[in-house]
Amino acid sequence: MSEERPGRQHRPARAVTVVVIGAGQAGLAMSHYLGRAGIEHVLLERGEVGNAWRHERWDSLRLLTPNWQCRLPGLRYAGPDPDGFMSMPQVVDFLGDYARRLSAPVQAGTRVRSVRPADDGYRVITDRGEWRCRAVVIASGAFNLPRVPALDRALPASVDRLTPREYRHPGQLAPGGVLVVGASATGLQLADELQRAGHAVTLSVGEHVRLPRRYRGRDIQWWLEAAGIHDQRFDEVDDIERARRLPSPQLAGGDVPATLDLNALSARGVRLVGRLVGLQDTRLQFSGSLSAHCAAADLKLGRLLDTLDAWVRTRGLEGCLEAPERFPPTRLPNVPCLGLDLARGGIRTVLWATGYRPDYSWLQVPVLDRKGQLRHHGGVVDAPGLYVLGLPFLRRRKSSFIHGADDDARELSAHLVAWLARGHRHGTMPRGLTTALGA
Amino acid sequence: MQTAIREIDNGVNVTALLGAREALSQAPEAARFTWRTSCDWVMGTHSRATVEGFHGLGEEQRHKTRFAFDTDHPEVFASEDHGPTPVEYVLVGLAGCLTAGIAAVAQHRGIQLNSVRARLEGDMDIQGILGMDRDVRNGFDDVRVTFEIDADATREEIEALVAQSQKRSAVFDILTNPTHVSVQVK
Repeated sequence: MSEERPGRQHRPARAVTVVVIGAGQAGLAMSHYLGRAGIEHVLLERGEVGNAWRHERWDSLRLLTPNWQCRLPGLRYAGPDPDGFMSMPQVVDFLGDYARRLSAPVQAGTRVRSVRPADDGYRVITDRGEWRCRAVVIASGAFNLPRVPALDRALPASVDRLTPREYRHPGQLAPGGVLVVGASATGLQLADELQRAGHAVTLSVGEHVRLPRRYRGRDIQWWLEAAGIHDQRFDEVDDIERARRLPSPQLAGGDVPATLDLNALSARGVRLVGRLVGLQDTRLQFSGSLSAHCAAADLKLGRLLDTLDAWVRTRGLEGCLEAPERFPPTRLPNVPCLGLDLARGGIRTVLWATGYRPDYSWLQVPVLDRKGQLRHHGGVVDAPGLYVLGLPFLRRRKSSFIHGADDDARELSAHLVAWLARGHRHGTMPRGLTTALGA
Repeated sequence: MQTAIREIDNGVNVTALLGAREALSQAPEAARFTWRTSCDWVMGTHSRATVEGFHGLGEEQRHKTRFAFDTDHPEVFASEDHGPTPVEYVLVGLAGCLTAGIAAVAQHRGIQLNSVRARLEGDMDIQGILGMDRDVRNGFDDVRVTFEIDADATREEIEALVAQSQKRSAVFDILTNPTHVSVQVK
């Protein structure tokens, strides 16, 4: 342990009750509630407030949620365009303003090197000194490291590879064909942008979630919120692991909100192929399951719209909404493309829109399962005084959205406060809280 | 749709399957299975394969019976037609896999099945296997499955059963995705 001591900083460990790792929407929402409860805390931020939004997203990206839905504890959107979709600089300003209003105790430019158990709490070692604390809240996000399939290493050197974390604009890519792998929000948006910029785009499509931007005259996010779908709880769904693995829905924000689905892309000339499953010599192999995945996504969309229509009927809201509609099934090429020979030069760049994973390489607490995921129950991690926020479906379907931070941070901060109080023998867990949290 | 007193029974022990899933999540190494067949050449294009033992749940297992399967080719291939062609067994495998999946998913979802019939077709250009045109592949270039299902459920629920059964089907995966195959001489 002695080599781990922060001797090289020549600074004694600072003490604080709670360390929050990350100053994005989740960390700031937690700071709001900890501040209200009078809990001394610090937010350790590797860069600046909203760092991922600031430095790790492409130029044209807009939020998938309309402005009116962007709210944080004690803050609602009050700008001139409630139905618009924020650009990344606007998101950064929104979070920056919020941090200033809260006077959030953010230690910017502080990268956490390790978190490990210590007497009565945790040691948090950063590149700017050490902290001792009773509790740690991991609010560093779910989208830290791009997931890149092992196939990447087998691709010939003549093919450029890129992840959405490095992608900024089409001008970065060499002229020529692009294979975008992944058909969630990111894959569809980048396929669209690159095709419009003159690249011949092939989109590799596996399991996906199809959503229209608007339905019966309202934004789809209005529906998901009003009908209570965003609020579905982690302890109410049949299979929470599956719900957490669900790819992000095919959506895009923009000045003119429009549905971005596979039909829209094929109409613009994007070629659809199945999941990328192999490379044999120079030939990329695509799964023959494309039609099965599209049929499943079409069915699930139909089922969702049935649910929304039923909700409208039970609420008697028919008069306020346009008539129900159904969207055409996903159109696919008559002859499916099951392989592409890289030697023929049709693909110059492969863009891995295959998702992100959280980075827990610094977490020296035995709370990861065999797949490297945090063991937690609704954000209460499997180690005393350790919490996590902002992961997909952490406590609710909206948990990883900006507006999802409020409810989760409120409940987890209450759990944390009660845990601190119990630890100090200054009282017990408030009645009903344990059952309310299911923890 | 069904009333409370109605017992759904498609003959699938979903409780046991869910129990196995729970048990295997604690011991994932036991989930590794190895399936086997052995095959003896009889004469001409006629062979006989048998299936009996397999490995799974950490130990050797055995079917209740030793099953035997003749494979051959029809008379239009100048063969004696002692059994289905190997590619027809592939269709048999896909049909059995998807249909079993439908029964299991229906049981789990509380849907009573009355009848399920699958019709399968696989297209093949035999210029491939005859080595006449190297641009033609040996295997199927298209496989079509059509289900006729009578169940106490809506059309959407039935379509969802079929979709979920494809999602969890081993043979559907084997046919739609590449698989590493090694063939050696002992």
